Amino acid sequence: MNAITLNNVDVYLSGSHVLQNVSFEVPSNKVTALLGRNGVGKTTTLRAIMGLIPSTGTISLFDKPIHGMPTYKIAHSGIGYVPEDREIFSTLSVAENLSLAVRDENPNYDLVYKLFPELLQRASQRAGTLSGGQQQMVAIARSLLNKNQIILIDEPTKGLAPKLVGEVAEALTHVANETTMLLVEQNLALVRSVAEHIIVMSQGSVVFQGDPSNLQNDEFVHSMLGVSGGLH
Amino acid sequence: MDTFVLIAITGIGLGALFFLVASGLSLIYGLMGVLNFAHGTFLTVGAFAGLWISTQVFTISNTWTFVGAMLFGGLAGGVFALLVERLVITRLYERHIEQALVTVGVALVVGAMLSGWFGNDPRLLPTPHWFINTVTIGKAFVPVDRFLYIGASLVLLIVLTSILRFTRIGLIIRAGVENRSMVGALGINVRLAFSAVFFLGGFAAGLGGVLVAAYQSGVTPLMSGSWLIYGFVVVVVGGMGSLGGSALAALLIGVVNQFTNYYFPGVGDFVIVFLLAAVLLTRPQGLLGKVGR
Repeated sequence: MNAITLNNVDVYLSGSHVLQNVSFEVPSNKVTALLGRNGVGKTTTLRAIMGLIPSTGTISLFDKPIHGMPTYKIAHSGIGYVPEDREIFSTLSVAENLSLAVRDENPNYDLVYKLFPELLQRASQRAGTLSGGQQQMVAIARSLLNKNQIILIDEPTKGLAPKLVGEVAEALTHVANETTMLLVEQNLALVRSVAEHIIVMSQGSVVFQGDPSNLQNDEFVHSMLGVSGGLH
Repeated sequence: MDTFVLIAITGIGLGALFFLVASGLSLIYGLMGVLNFAHGTFLTVGAFAGLWISTQVFTISNTWTFVGAMLFGGLAGGVFALLVERLVITRLYERHIEQALVTVGVALVVGAMLSGWFGNDPRLLPTPHWFINTVTIGKAFVPVDRFLYIGASLVLLIVLTSILRFTRIGLIIRAGVENRSMVGALGINVRLAFSAVFFLGGFAAGLGGVLVAAYQSGVTPLMSGSWLIYGFVVVVVGGMGSLGGSALAALLIGVVNQFTNYYFPGVGDFVIVFLLAAVLLTRPQGLLGKVGR
């Protein structure tokens, strides 16, 4: 069964046709990587799914239409969202950032503090004073507190030091065992380690979707990704 | 010295009234960026509601009926503010020019309706008999009602600050001010939180309306004009969105106004405008405001 299905989704932003007739499926209980060069519409796709920007077409979550619903209702239907650039609340403490994200009666703080013990130590620290890596931990942790049907994660390793990339990748591997994930990521090493399904976008359209193994020798897709020699 | 004490306490009392008017403005403009020129209407509606319950429902006038009128006036101001937000403002977030035009329109329409209904003559708000008493501090005879204004403002400051700091709705409001769309993406209906801000702001103005009516011995549809201007001055001097800043600025402006008017009759308003200009030139973010907000 598909966790998320997009059918003929178009997005216009400031007069530009950013997403053009985008259709794809995100299978449940798998990690799907959404790939493509900068500016092809990956972040816009996630924002359209969350209802953060206007779009046309249909978007459904486990066959239930969510397109056109207000963002908070889309999140309530079971979608966790880790945006590009983290978007944590810098004036609130770490504990307040986490508490704000709680929707379930029994939030999974155990998992959060097991993955990111540092957040417990820094609970009272202002989130704006955290390092980039720690802020990313807060952003990911917010999506893990509730039992979501899928988590959308947008470039979690962007701008992080190599050591922190490893930590975040480890956390994502753990999260991948717990829930369906749609991951936008430029770090192909990370993608190789977690992704079981791949969607490639180019110039606002989907140009490939399927098993990563099918992608190994597809020169056209490689050129769309800007890589040579496949995803080895 | 006695004159100094009398003027100082009267100034603090006046500042307390300024704070009651300005606290709602500070919340609504400072936190949500809504230019609300209808705020004075919340004050007037609160004052009329207080007058109505004091004259039509309560048969006697004592401390408790006056407290009841204050709370009812606050409630009426809050409900009216909520209506304005849901019916008018909700479509105009982020659109400041439209907000200014529409809220000026609301103020004019409601003012005209109240004038048509009640006339423009002041109507006396019943107050407890102790309102005319004085207490002696040193050799100064200070009217008792000043302490009521100061007490009400202090309670309001503590309640509003506590709501923002220690409650979930306060947490949502603070987060929503920083990044509204992300709050929504966490599954929270941020619009409801912003409606709550309007209610709180309207409540403060409505409660202030009853006390202003008691202070100036009457309720009229035109009563909010100068108070609204002072409210805006207090918010700008104190710093947008800073309740503590508004309290400090209200205190400063009330005291400076009273002292100036005592020693240089009629010059108080001019000095306040000078003070406003000085703050804008030297500290544009206001006394306790944050840079870049």
